[in-house]
Formats: sequence, C-alpha cells, structure tokens
Amino acid sequence: MNTQVTIAKVTLKNPVMTASGTFGSGQEYSEMVDINRLGAIVTKGVANVPWEGNPTPRVAEVYGGMLNAIGLQNPGIDVFIERDIPWLKENAPDLPIIVNVCGHSVEEYLEVAERLNDQPVDMLEINVSCPNVKQGALAFGQDAKVLEATTRAIRAVAKKPIIMKLSPNVTSIRDMALAAESGGADAISLINTLIGMKIDIHKRQFVLANKTGGFSGPAVKPVALRMVYEAAHAVKIPVIGMGGIATGDDAIEFLLAGARAVCVGTMNFVDPRTTIKVIEGIEAYMERYGVEDVNELVGAVR
Amino acid sequence: MKRKEISVIVSQKEIATGIFDIRLRTPMAKEAKPGQFVGVYPKDKSRLLSRPISICEADPGEEILRLVYRAGGAGTKEISAYAQGETLDLLGVLGNGYDVEKMRDKDVILLGGGIGIPPMLYTAQALRGIAKSMVVVLGYADCSLFLREDFDRVTKTVIATMDGSVGTKGTVIDALEAEGITGEVVLACGPMPMLKAVKKYASEHGMEAYISLEERMACGIGACLGCVTRTVETDHHTHVKNTRICTEGPVFDARDVDL
Repeated sequence: MNTQVTIAKVTLKNPVMTASGTFGSGQEYSEMVDINRLGAIVTKGVANVPWEGNPTPRVAEVYGGMLNAIGLQNPGIDVFIERDIPWLKENAPDLPIIVNVCGHSVEEYLEVAERLNDQPVDMLEINVSCPNVKQGALAFGQDAKVLEATTRAIRAVAKKPIIMKLSPNVTSIRDMALAAESGGADAISLINTLIGMKIDIHKRQFVLANKTGGFSGPAVKPVALRMVYEAAHAVKIPVIGMGGIATGDDAIEFLLAGARAVCVGTMNFVDPRTTIKVIEGIEAYMERYGVEDVNELVGAVR
Repeated sequence: MKRKEISVIVSQKEIATGIFDIRLRTPMAKEAKPGQFVGVYPKDKSRLLSRPISICEADPGEEILRLVYRAGGAGTKEISAYAQGETLDLLGVLGNGYDVEKMRDKDVILLGGGIGIPPMLYTAQALRGIAKSMVVVLGYADCSLFLREDFDRVTKTVIATMDGSVGTKGTVIDALEAEGITGEVVLACGPMPMLKAVKKYASEHGMEAYISLEERMACGIGACLGCVTRTVETDHHTHVKNTRICTEGPVFDARDVDL
C-alpha cells in the first residue's frame, strides 16, 4: 500500500500535514504527537521581523468551530532560522518542512523567501490570505491580478517551491487558483479561514478585539471541500486541501475532490493527536477498499 | 508530560449559585502544582475547545483533582450537568503555577477574588511549612462564601465582601488595609481590576507580587498564540512584548506584565 504523495518534487510519506498557525513550529505538540509520522509540517507564519499581533481577546468559540484574530504574532525570520529550523532538523530530520511566509508588502515576502533560499527547508507556503492583518496580506489574495503578480515576484526570487495559500473570501476561487498557477506557483493550498464575527449580546460588544476573525473548524468543511474541488478542476498544479478536517474520512473526501495532500488545523486544539488519527484513518480506508496507491484517490470524484 | 486523557467524575455538586465543585479521578493529580490548570472538554461536538479551569486541590495518592469553577457559559454549564461515574476528557497539566519554593521563610499573603479563589486553596496547602507566615484574604461578591471552611482548615483567613455582608466591605485590598495585614510576598488570582490593584499595591509597598492571569484560550499549550498578555520586556518565545498566558503563565511576576 502506497501512501506517498509528491508535491513539487518533494515526496511526503503520507498526505497529512499541519495547517499553518495551529501547530507552531512543532515543539509544543511534540510532547503529545510523534511529529516524525507527519507527511510534512507547515509552520506558523513568519515575517521579515517580529510581529506583535492583535490585542486580546484573539479567539472565540462558535458553533462547530472557532474564530481567531491572532494577527500573525511571530518572532521574525532571524529567530526562526536560529531556533525553529535547527530544532526541527534535530528532532525530525526526515520531516519535510514547509515554511509559511507572511508580509505586509511584496518586498517583505521577498526578503523572507530570500533568507530561506539556503536553509534546509523544503517548500514555502505564501500567506496571501490572512484575514486578520489590516495592511497587506489579504490584499494580495483577493485580487487575481495582484495575486498573479505577487506570485511571479516571489517565484523569481525563491529557490524553493512555492505554495500560494488562497483565501476563501473571494467571488471566484477558480480565478484565484488560475492566477496563482499562471504566476508560477508550484502548488496551491486552501482554504484559509472565512471571515466571521461574534457579538456578546450581554455586553453588547464584539467578542474579538479585532471585531472580525477567521472562522475555522468542522463547520467550514463543506465550503472548503467545494472550493478545493473547484480549484483542483481549474489548475494542473497540485492542490493542498484543508478546512475542518477531523478524521481520515474527512481527508479522503478532500482527496477525492482533487487534493493531493491535506492539512489538519483547528482540530489539533480539540485533540492533539488528530493528525495521527487522520493518517491511520486514511490507511484504514485504503485497506477496506483495496486502494493500492493513495494517488488513485486524488480527484477520483468528478 | 502534557496529554489529553479521560478522567472519571468522583463527585460533583453546586456549592454556591452557579459555582460547581467537581472531583475527577486522573493520574494528572500526581503532577499538578498549585496555580496550574487543566483544559476540560465539553462533550457536545458543537463546542470544540477545552475550558481552562484552575486546580483547587490535588490528591496525588488517590489521583483526584478537585476543580471549583463557575458555570457561566454554555460549555461550563454542560460540564456542570455531568454526574458521578461519567467521564470528562482533560488536557493537562497546563501552565507554570506558583513557585512555592520561592516563598520559603517569607511572610506570604494570598489573595483570591471571586472565581480566582479556588486555586489559592491548593497554593495555601502547599505553602504550609514553607512560608514563614501566611494569611489568606478572600474577596466575595456577597455572603455566599464558597470554600471558606476549606481555607479555615489551612490558615488564618480574612474575608472581604463587596456588599459588606461579611468581613470588610469592599475588595481584598480594602481588607488588607482595614486589618493592617503586611507581608513580603503577595500571591493573587482574581478578576483583572483586582489584579491591577494588587500590582499597584505591591509596588507601592515594596512587596513582590505573583499574579495569575486569565484569557480566552484555544490550544492551551502554547501553539496558537491566542492567549497573550502584554509584557514589559520582550518575550523569549516570539521576541515581542506579548507572552503566552497558557505557557509562560498563568502566573507572572506582576512587575513583568503590562496590565
């Protein structure tokens, strides 16, 4: 039984990765999860310099999911290179590393991408879709022309394969997927969070200090699945699917819809071992239906 | 070692209006330190995140954790409805807790306000034989003095109530002043206005203060950066003036945080 998948010439031993921002750089969860079993780790977004993030409250629970407005608090690329990459290389030498890159401007993305050119990381995931950063970020991910130009600029500088992480907060996900592909993306990942809101009716104020936040968790899965299907049928580059994945069966749905790999995000908070359960669930499904190669499932439902 | 684990409810009862006292059988009791907390998961699948609840008492021999919490929202209300013999998933043990050894041979004042009272019980128990002297000041809204007898069994306990029905009328700080209580170190847990007042009081009186902070949390283990507090100096983890309450806290030296 083969569970290996290949994205931009990087081979993953299984198609299950962590969703950026839900797993740090692996250290915190490594107490509870054998990170060597993951297909890849996608790290928390990193910028050219440290970012403070938003005021609190930054998180809120909603029916079947949650809202977050962390605002990409991160230590910046210097600390990431000095601390997080060596930690991963020491503790999981064979685990592919995908670094999520964020910025307020094209120049900031380019600076981080350049710094990572000579680092032992496997791919970059470009976060052009964070809904919680006012200046930039989402601006690059909501206009197809801007997305294409941003992708092209990063592609010209980065020596690593680049994955463009798409926002679901657009009219046509198909157009955005095509824009990333035509800009030279090696792969696309989706969905980032949906923009949501929660109001405390007793205090008559927004629950999140940022007013709005990114909606994620099992409740968003049908929307994510539909968008992954549309994107996968628009482009030829690999698609990484995510949005509310909690079980192996959920992951299989995304593969059937056209995703080559999947990410587990919010459910890490609910059960730290969700990634491992998803890996085992995919294997159980393959055994049950006599699937020899997981790649047979990719896009099998048209 | 942090983990998610099933615990069994040994008992649960309402000890004041909306305040529940639950005892859970879990090996986590062997590791729990004063000031630490656990994440308690609701079972209703529409409610995903664990509820951070401070440890009121731990019996490592019997492997029992005692939590006293307010059933304020839908999640904690759901948890409060489970009875003896039923199970609850826990994530724990979380947070740093109070550095009890640091209190050796010191005159220590423990301040608990409202639902910040429960963790001070385990802290007071741990400080017996370590602190030179210990006074507990508890601040309640009214005469519903939950856990008071438990504290009386440990040390001298002073009461403040906002409505003046018992003890000093006002806050725990009002009680400190009214009773002329002095000490070298303050340990405090309670609502933000109280913690701000404790920070100011300790600073004005040249006392050390360790305060336990609260914030909405998601992961509980330091990965999501949802629960941060502003800090005076740059934090070692993210190199900004925000630090994780669930991991670097919930207990902080009051001088280090910018409330």
